[in-house]
Amino acid sequence: MLVNPDFVDEVKRSEEFNASACMNCGVCTAVCPMGIELLPRKLFRYVLLGIKDRVLENVETIYSCLLCRMCEANCPAKVRIAENVRTLRYYINKKVFKL
Amino acid sequence: MPLPTGETIGILTDNLRIRNSVLPISAKKAAGWAKSLDLPKGGETILYTGLMYQLIPYIAAMSKAQEKIEDSWLAGFIKIGRYLNKAINISAFMAVPSKNMRAAYNQILVDIVRLLRRAGVGFGYLYGEELYSGALVYDLGMDDVFEAHARKVYHLFKKYGVKKVITVDPHSTNMLKSVYPSFIKEYDLEVKSYLEVLAERNLEPENKLGMEVVIHDSCVYARAEGVLSEPRTLLAKAGIIVKEPADAGKFTFCCGGPAESLFPKKAAANAGKRVEQIKKAAKNGVTMCPVCFVNLQKAAGGEVFLKDISSYLAEAYCAKNSIV
Ligand code: SF4
Ligand code: SF4
Repeated sequence: MLVNPDFVDEVKRSEEFNASACMNCGVCTAVCPMGIELLPRKLFRYVLLGIKDRVLENVETIYSCLLCRMCEANCPAKVRIAENVRTLRYYINKKVFKL
Repeated sequence: MPLPTGETIGILTDNLRIRNSVLPISAKKAAGWAKSLDLPKGGETILYTGLMYQLIPYIAAMSKAQEKIEDSWLAGFIKIGRYLNKAINISAFMAVPSKNMRAAYNQILVDIVRLLRRAGVGFGYLYGEELYSGALVYDLGMDDVFEAHARKVYHLFKKYGVKKVITVDPHSTNMLKSVYPSFIKEYDLEVKSYLEVLAERNLEPENKLGMEVVIHDSCVYARAEGVLSEPRTLLAKAGIIVKEPADAGKFTFCCGGPAESLFPKKAAANAGKRVEQIKKAAKNGVTMCPVCFVNLQKAAGGEVFLKDISSYLAEAYCAKNSIV
């Protein structure tokens, strides 16, 4: 598994990307209407750890998120989940889809 | 087969960049609803439709045409190709929406005008020059194209001397009220949803409707813009007993619509779950977003009777058939 500690800097556009505030409690997954298991906690963790391959394997999940913020409304750590998802999309649009 | 995500985003973005809308329709079709309303063009206060209510019937027609192959309405674009779409507006050749559906969605905008007039609010409209807000492209994370488009919209408002904008749907409200200011430093427009404008005016109803209606809050109004009490106050005063479904208010359950362009099956599954919650609370329902409306109505299949909030409100607050 390739780990790249600079990956998070490559992804984040500003301090708005606050994935590190996540304490992995799992509330977001429990309330997500799409039943998204990976987002946000696991995927954000992959970004923070720099496991780029894992992030790129999960493109469908990243684009399936409704940005409905049900998770955010319940998150005890005030993680800006929807904005973080958009940040990942921005990165993938540019780097993977070359848009 | 799921759509190729990158290609789909590319096509939607090209459309916004080249034709100012993710699904371009003619100016005549977009502004036709206002034909006999005598709204002034432009002005300090304008009604901004953001084209959402006008676009939904076109999207629905395309998605119906695609249903047989279980694809998104965008599949037609994909097949012909992004390259060709850049040169020719493919949407011009695509499915024709039903007259009834267009009339129903246009009536929502007419009812909003009737309500605002009843409340004594003066406003203009930009007719065929009005531009889509760019919401979908923002959600897909195409921020560079989105920002350029947001500036175009802002400059158009400035050209017409606009200072206050009245919006009609949650997505456009969120873009103009909260998202544009984060991209445009000098942004100085005052933006309010028509529901907020009406709630401030303390209208008295002409008729009390006397019925039970389940409220489906839009995620965007509820969690991004805090528009929660306004629809409830307006409905209650109209004589409606507002029933709350499971997952209501700030914790409203998404209709699934935002997944429609890339993953239509996921969108439909989500809408189905929401309809189950709604029908447990009452048989009539109310939505306040065109995306929720179309998505839930499709899933309801006659089990719940849904209306846009403007329809209930116009029935209660406006004299029958009034347009002034
Ligand atoms: S609810 Fe918030 S803190 Fe808990 S796992 Fe999800 S993002 Fe992390
Ligand atoms: S924004 Fe909505 S769909 Fe996306 S992860 Fe959060 S709860 Fe799930």
